[in-house]
Amino acid sequence: SKQTMLSSSRAALVAAAAKLPRLVTRYGYCTTAAGERQQQKPLSPKITTHPTRNDRAKDPRWKDIDMTRAVDEADVVIVGGGPAGLSAACRLAQLNAEKGTEMRIVVLEKASSVGAHIMSGACLDPKGLVELFPDWQERGAPLHTPVTGDKFYMLTEKRAIPLPLLPGMPMHNHGNYIVRLGNVVAWLGEQAESLGVEVYPGVAAAEVLYTEDGSAVKGVATNDVGIAKDGSPKDSFERGMEFHCKQLIIAEGTHGHLAKHLINRYDLRAGREPQTYGIGFKELWELSEDRWRPGYVEHGVGWPLDSGTYGGYFIYHLNEGSPLAAVGFVVGLDYSNPYLSPFREFQQFKHHPHVAAALTGGKRIGYGARALNEGGVQSLPKLTFPGGCLVGCTAGMINVPKVKGTHNAMKSGSLAAEAVHEAIGSGEIEPATYEEALRNSWVYKELHSVRNIRPSFHLLNGRLGMFGGMAYTGAVWYFTRGREPWTFSHGGTDHEKLLPAKDCKPKDYPKPDNVLSFDLLSSVALTSTNHDHDQPPHLTLYDDSVPGQVNLSVYDGPEQRFCPAGVYEYVELDDGSKRLQINAQNCIHCKTCDIKDPTQNINWVTPQGGEGPAYNGM
Amino acid sequence: KYIHIINKADMAASKGLKILVGCKRVIDYAVKVRVKPDRSGVVTEGVKHSMNPFDEIAVEEAVRMKEKKLAGEAVAISVGPPQSQETLRTALAMGIDRAIHVEIPLAQLEKLQPIHVSKLLAKVCESEKPDLVILGKQAIDDDCNQTGQMLAALLDWPQATFASKIEPSQDSKQLRVTREVDGGLETIDVSVPAVVTSDLRLNEPRYATLPNIMKAKKKPLAKMSPDQLGVDLQPRQEVISVEDPPVRKAGAKVESVEDLVGKLREKGLVK
Repeated sequence: SKQTMLSSSRAALVAAAAKLPRLVTRYGYCTTAAGERQQQKPLSPKITTHPTRNDRAKDPRWKDIDMTRAVDEADVVIVGGGPAGLSAACRLAQLNAEKGTEMRIVVLEKASSVGAHIMSGACLDPKGLVELFPDWQERGAPLHTPVTGDKFYMLTEKRAIPLPLLPGMPMHNHGNYIVRLGNVVAWLGEQAESLGVEVYPGVAAAEVLYTEDGSAVKGVATNDVGIAKDGSPKDSFERGMEFHCKQLIIAEGTHGHLAKHLINRYDLRAGREPQTYGIGFKELWELSEDRWRPGYVEHGVGWPLDSGTYGGYFIYHLNEGSPLAAVGFVVGLDYSNPYLSPFREFQQFKHHPHVAAALTGGKRIGYGARALNEGGVQSLPKLTFPGGCLVGCTAGMINVPKVKGTHNAMKSGSLAAEAVHEAIGSGEIEPATYEEALRNSWVYKELHSVRNIRPSFHLLNGRLGMFGGMAYTGAVWYFTRGREPWTFSHGGTDHEKLLPAKDCKPKDYPKPDNVLSFDLLSSVALTSTNHDHDQPPHLTLYDDSVPGQVNLSVYDGPEQRFCPAGVYEYVELDDGSKRLQINAQNCIHCKTCDIKDPTQNINWVTPQGGEGPAYNGM
Repeated sequence: KYIHIINKADMAASKGLKILVGCKRVIDYAVKVRVKPDRSGVVTEGVKHSMNPFDEIAVEEAVRMKEKKLAGEAVAISVGPPQSQETLRTALAMGIDRAIHVEIPLAQLEKLQPIHVSKLLAKVCESEKPDLVILGKQAIDDDCNQTGQMLAALLDWPQATFASKIEPSQDSKQLRVTREVDGGLETIDVSVPAVVTSDLRLNEPRYATLPNIMKAKKKPLAKMSPDQLGVDLQPRQEVISVEDPPVRKAGAKVESVEDLVGKLREKGLVK
């Protein structure tokens, strides 16, 4: 079976690596509470200069630098100004107004403006919004496009076979809105500010702070600025500041870096499955007027993905005055072929006659990508820790068959706010009532009901692939609605599922035609992403020698293909050997590399605040 | 004017110069700019904006002169839409003392040109009476490179443009400015009051960090309108159309000199 083949090849790999003279560290999985792994002394030219991997206390260049940080106090600090974080902020402010309590609520958002790092379809289920702001329409929330039509297709190489969408099926969208989520989030940010929340965009939370005895979280520190690419201090060096708070809410979105750290530290995944992911791409297209169908929602599966690779597409026609449509593609990150390029699958997909028919005559005006969580209830970690909790996608609440998570994110933010408010009032360190409240809410009910659909893709050891998944949905789920007494497992982490390159066939992708399909770099340019070039790359490696030793030699450097921004490149040195070059400036903060790296050697940390993509209403 | 200079004779002993710094809110330099479908301009709605990079350098220079005690007070000014206040807050966070916002109504914003801005700045200079005005050499959206020069002419003040270094002159009675010119570097002495425009190598601006952003919220920000200043914003130019630059056509490699000559002949470029 694929699983046993996988584990035996991995075992062989570990055995071989153990024989190499101290060049390769153990590359186990970060699922235990063990904490940080040790960095071996790398022999190859130094790639990772980031202070998180190079202790500045031992670095002579930092000898005379004052490392004290300014300290400020708040009641609640929320890391991440997205739907979950801002809902938590707004709900907290509402509770304070209701109960006459006063709290200082601070939201830290790494994007230069609220909404600039938001990347989503999106077909919004307004449930979460309505509960938070029943008067959302009067407040001017930018939900301009009610869904008017809904279709589902199965694509073969030449045909598009319509499949019936019966009411009650997860992809049925009556009552939902097509939105530009970045604009909804910007509006949520304004609501939060009008309620008295302090929202600071352009500020990245870089480090979690602990109490003296290390048992509880006491706050966060923002990023330092002015560190040169080689890790030395520049004239403009300034230390970040500390926020000490009673409760810390982590709302970083899928696979947040502080969330990853906290999950390891408090072993929040004990007894639960690891999270599984997909990578989502989205382009904004200005369609030719005659092909524009405002309010129309289309989902589909099939070509060009082979039946063994999970994924699908969406096309949402917006109705905001111009003929805009969001065209997107998701590829499950549990794919096994290291030669697969999710980006190029997406570009190829647009050439399907059915899709090309919609896009011909149009112009691409936006591009972006972000990892999304697919694990559902099986992969939800413990949501609280001493001093805080996890909300939204950072915990992982996307309803995968519905392809929707924003409503769950917003509800979880609201529930967390209630628990946090209670904990502060009673002096409790851990907002323990949050997890129970979520389990009793419609979020959990919904996620529980669809828990078997995504893993059913792996039925019969994945031999049926997408057909297996759809058959399960139609034959079993439609009747049981999740009441079946079994729960399928995801069968391990995404990065474990990658096979060595020698066991797989390289894929032949067509060249982009620059009309419907495009090359990677011109796509990245559309994200308007930028980072100060003179700073340590924020894509850090635990061991600089592993990419050349393992990623390249065993897996043919899959990071060159799964990164949607061209960050990772293997360049040839003078002596003929290949070395990993990290073009950190291109990064669009999608987190896919941290997820899919087969050696789990890449650790994404936040760059300076205000950097990264500048999405406009994505 | 002669008496004005005599009074500023010993800069080291005086309270320090009063500096007025101009900053403009422009589309961020890393953004992929898109032309509007009606070709009347570029898309600005929802697009990331930030302070013009040359203006950041100007702000940084003013703050450094304060730190070196050459300057006593630094005031930032921006002519633009309501969102220009964010740009001014960034300047305040970098160390500027107070800010002035000349708010331009949306209808007139797209037609605003350096001639209008320099007239507005000249009016403000009449009341604020700065000793030194530092502006960015040009804005990265229109690349005009005119405002500083026009302002100096309107005020009849000396100008030192494309500055890569500003320091007191030998006798401390003037400013010695090193300018980046086509032939290299030119060093001139200018008497104050003067207009200086900043070039890239003048300095590397500091970051506006959160503690300073929070402190800047308390610094004064005054609002003015063009009417109050008595400046007419009638446009002198009309933009007829804005288009994408032509797509670069693919080139071809030739194998030999004969091939090259043959191709040039084909295209009628040589006889």
